[in-house]
Order: sequence, then C-alpha cells, then structure tokens
Amino acid sequence: MRNLTRLFKIAIVRITRNPYHTLAAFLVMFLTFFVAGAFVLLSIGSNTLIAYFESRPQVTAFLKDGTSPEKVKGIQEGLAKTGVVSKTTYISKEEALKIYQERNKNEPILSEFVTAEILPASIEVSTYKLEDLSKAADILKNEGAVEEVVFQKNIVDTLNTWSDTFRKVGGSVVVFLMLTTFLIMLIVIGLNISLHQDEIEIMKLVGATAGYIRTPFIFEGVFYGLLSSVVATGFLWAIFTWATPALEKIFSGVPILPGSPLIFLYLLVGEIVVGTSIGVIGSLVATRKYLSI
Amino acid sequence: MIAFHDVSKQYDSLVALADVSFEVADAEFVFLVGPTGAGKSTILKLVIREELPSSGKVFVDSLEVSSLPSSRIPHLRRQVGTIFQDFKLLPQRTVAENVAFPLEILGLPDREIDKTTKEILELVNLEHKANHFPSQLSGGESQRTAIARAMVMRPEIILADEPTGNLDARSAWEVMQLLGRLNNLGTTVIMATHNIDITSSLPHRKLELQKGRVVHDTKQKGSKQKNK
Repeated sequence: MRNLTRLFKIAIVRITRNPYHTLAAFLVMFLTFFVAGAFVLLSIGSNTLIAYFESRPQVTAFLKDGTSPEKVKGIQEGLAKTGVVSKTTYISKEEALKIYQERNKNEPILSEFVTAEILPASIEVSTYKLEDLSKAADILKNEGAVEEVVFQKNIVDTLNTWSDTFRKVGGSVVVFLMLTTFLIMLIVIGLNISLHQDEIEIMKLVGATAGYIRTPFIFEGVFYGLLSSVVATGFLWAIFTWATPALEKIFSGVPILPGSPLIFLYLLVGEIVVGTSIGVIGSLVATRKYLSI
Repeated sequence: MIAFHDVSKQYDSLVALADVSFEVADAEFVFLVGPTGAGKSTILKLVIREELPSSGKVFVDSLEVSSLPSSRIPHLRRQVGTIFQDFKLLPQRTVAENVAFPLEILGLPDREIDKTTKEILELVNLEHKANHFPSQLSGGESQRTAIARAMVMRPEIILADEPTGNLDARSAWEVMQLLGRLNNLGTTVIMATHNIDITSSLPHRKLELQKGRVVHDTKQKGSKQKNK
C-alpha cells in the first residue's frame, strides 16, 4: 500500500511534467467516449421512440361530425370480426379535448380557443401483427363515417430502418475510435517510457522489480481513461440538460424526455469501466513492448 | 565472494571478454585497470546481470548470476551497490530523495527512510546539501551522493565504474577515501579505473585487462598470464 502511494505519486509527477502528452491522450480519449456516449444515448432514445409508437394505437380513424354511437359500435364490431384486431377504443370529442389539454398544459394559450366541437372523435385500432394494419386501415377507409385514416406502420418502419442504420454506423465509428484510442495510448505511454529511460535504468540498477517500474505507467493509463470518461459523460449530461427544453417541444407528447438520471449513472459507470480497461490494457501492452526489464 | 569461471562476452564480431577467470574474496578491494575497450565495464555489468555472458559462469557468493531467473535480478542488485562516472542521479530529485530512492523501492516506512538517509548523508558529509538538486552540486558532491545511494542498502559489494573519471584530483581522493572506509567496514569493492595516480599509490589488488583478457593480476606472485 505504501509503495502504491509512492508509485501513484511518480505517475502524477510524470503526467504533470508532460502536459502535451497528457492533453493529446486526454482529448483523443475524450472524443471517443463523448461520441460513444452520444451514440448510446441516441440509441436509447430511438428505442424508446420506437417502443412508444409500437405501443400506441397503430391506426387512427377520425370520424365525421355527427356519427352516431350505433354507427361507431357497428364499425368496432366489424373490425372485431376480422380476428386480426386486438383492441379498438372510441375517443369522443370531449375525450379528445382532455387529451389535447393534457398535452398542452404548459401552454394555456394553445388550449384557450380550442373546444370539443372543433376536435374530431376517433377510433383507435391496434392489431396483433403489424402486417395486419393495412387490412384494418382498408376496412376503415371504406366506412362512410370515417373522415381520415392515420396509419403508423410507416412511421415505425422508418424509425426501425433509421435505428438499425444508426446502430451499425454508430457501432462502426465507436469501434474505430476505440482502436484509435488504444493506439494513441500505446504511443503516449511508449513516448513516456522513452522520456524516462534514465530514470528506469537507475530504478533497475538499485533493484526495482519489473512491477515497480511498470506500475506508474499503468496508473498513467488508468488516469487518462478515468479522466476522459468522466469528463465526456459530464459533457453529455450538460448538453442533454441544456437541450431538453427544446427537445421536449420537438417530441411533444412522446414520453422520452426528460431522461432518467439513472441512464447517465449507468453511462458513467460503463464509460469508466471501458476507459480504465483501455488505459490498463494499452499501458500494459506499451510496457511489454517498449520497456525492457 | 565473486567468481568468474572462463567467462567470454561477445557483441556480434566484437570480443569484449575472452575466457576470463578470477575470484574476488569477501571484503577485498580490487582495481580493474586497462585501456578503453579492455572489458572493465563488461565485467561489472556481468556481476549485476546487466549483461549475460556468451559463455562461462559468474558467481556472486553461491549464486550463479548468469542463470538467475529474471524475477531474482532485483534481489541481486539490492546486494550490489553501483557507482558510475556520470553519477546517474535523478535530476528532479533532491540529494536526500536520490539517496532514499532504493529504500522507497523496498517499501520501507517514511520515518525509517528519513533516519537511514540522514545517517548516510552524514557519513559522506552531505547532510548540508540534503535538499539540493543534482544540478546544484559539484562533481565530487554528485559522486558522494551516488556513493551514498549505493551505500544506503548496506550492500556487501560495491561496483564502481570510473567513479573518479569526471572529478578533479581533490574530489577524486575524497571519493577514494570513502570507498576505502566502506572497504574497511567489510564491503567488497571492485573499481574500474584509468587513473594511474590512484592505482599506483594504493596497495589494493589490480587486475589488468587488455582486449578482453586478464593480462596481469597483482594478487598472484609476479605477473601471471591468467589467460591464454
């Protein structure tokens, strides 16, 4: 323990005496963890968005004014007979107004002039399978009482396509950055080993073990990984907090914001684990490669 | 005891040592003399396993240095203090910190390190320079610091490679006096040197090397050719 404290001090002295090395290693690792963290957050956001749309009624039929309750019941029964519909829900004009007011509760001006009369009643329909949505939509389009049919299959499909592409591109970019980070770690630790050759030689002459000579370099790697992952997560949190009000307007009605603080905690832990691992492995490989003990 | 048994060392086509055999008894003081490239430094490097012999065996006490596993080398080096012409001090550390360095490696408590360092610095008359950096020292003071660092582990053997090479005559004699005191306390000293003034005025054993061979050993009666 006493020696660990001494070795930690040696590492800190080396880090502070080579500010350009430290800055280069930190910036590259910061960029990696910032981009990786951003992709993770966006991936979580897109998954939540898809799950939200999937959980919503997938076909909404807006009814013409004056449609009788009997007619609505007839449409619902007709849909139920197809055997592909899992649920139908009738939303009256009054219920539509309540939903509208709830969504815009922070903006009373928007609700002020809206009455139940100008909002249409609707039937929301969910099917057991996404591919049956077209069938349900066709039935509704042929109903005389139906004004308009909004069909969410396209939204979910588009989101899924985007999300898949996004994951593949994001994953590739992160893997590329991780590899770059690892190589930068090798170079920075290798340079530091070269810079401290005299010190290492003296250490060897006075009987320092291989572990004693290597450990400060390992600490150095851990320091870069730890600092960059913490700062990157902190930056992401700050940007997310700053952008939340604007994002809430864009995703109005979609409950993905505000994000849970737990997400950032998990992200922080994950980035610290990955950061210190890259630091440890990178410095271990560098000491094996460049340090002859 | 240090023993070389038919030791050769070759660097590519360059022969640094050729079938060298000799023994150095405990508490003996031996000069290694000879021109540059004669093999003096190679002998010292072989003792601390900084180099491996191409053939032959090197012993420190009963330990065969040449076949020592890597993990045991630090333990060997803690028994052998080394002093160099260029001092090999850490420039960012003070005199006291340089001397304390080997004790830190051993993991000793700070209080014990401070106490031992102070004692050793008093012994080499450098207690007043304890907080100076190597760049603030004269050559003689730097070498005394290096000797203090070599002494601090209380080694049984001290190897000195041209320790007076960068010093003026007065400082050189101060260093020799220190090494002499250590030897009187029972430490084996092997010193490689070019300094004829020193070797000729001190009665210690001299091993003369030329082109990697021992050509003269004053321990033996007359001028014996130890090698073919």
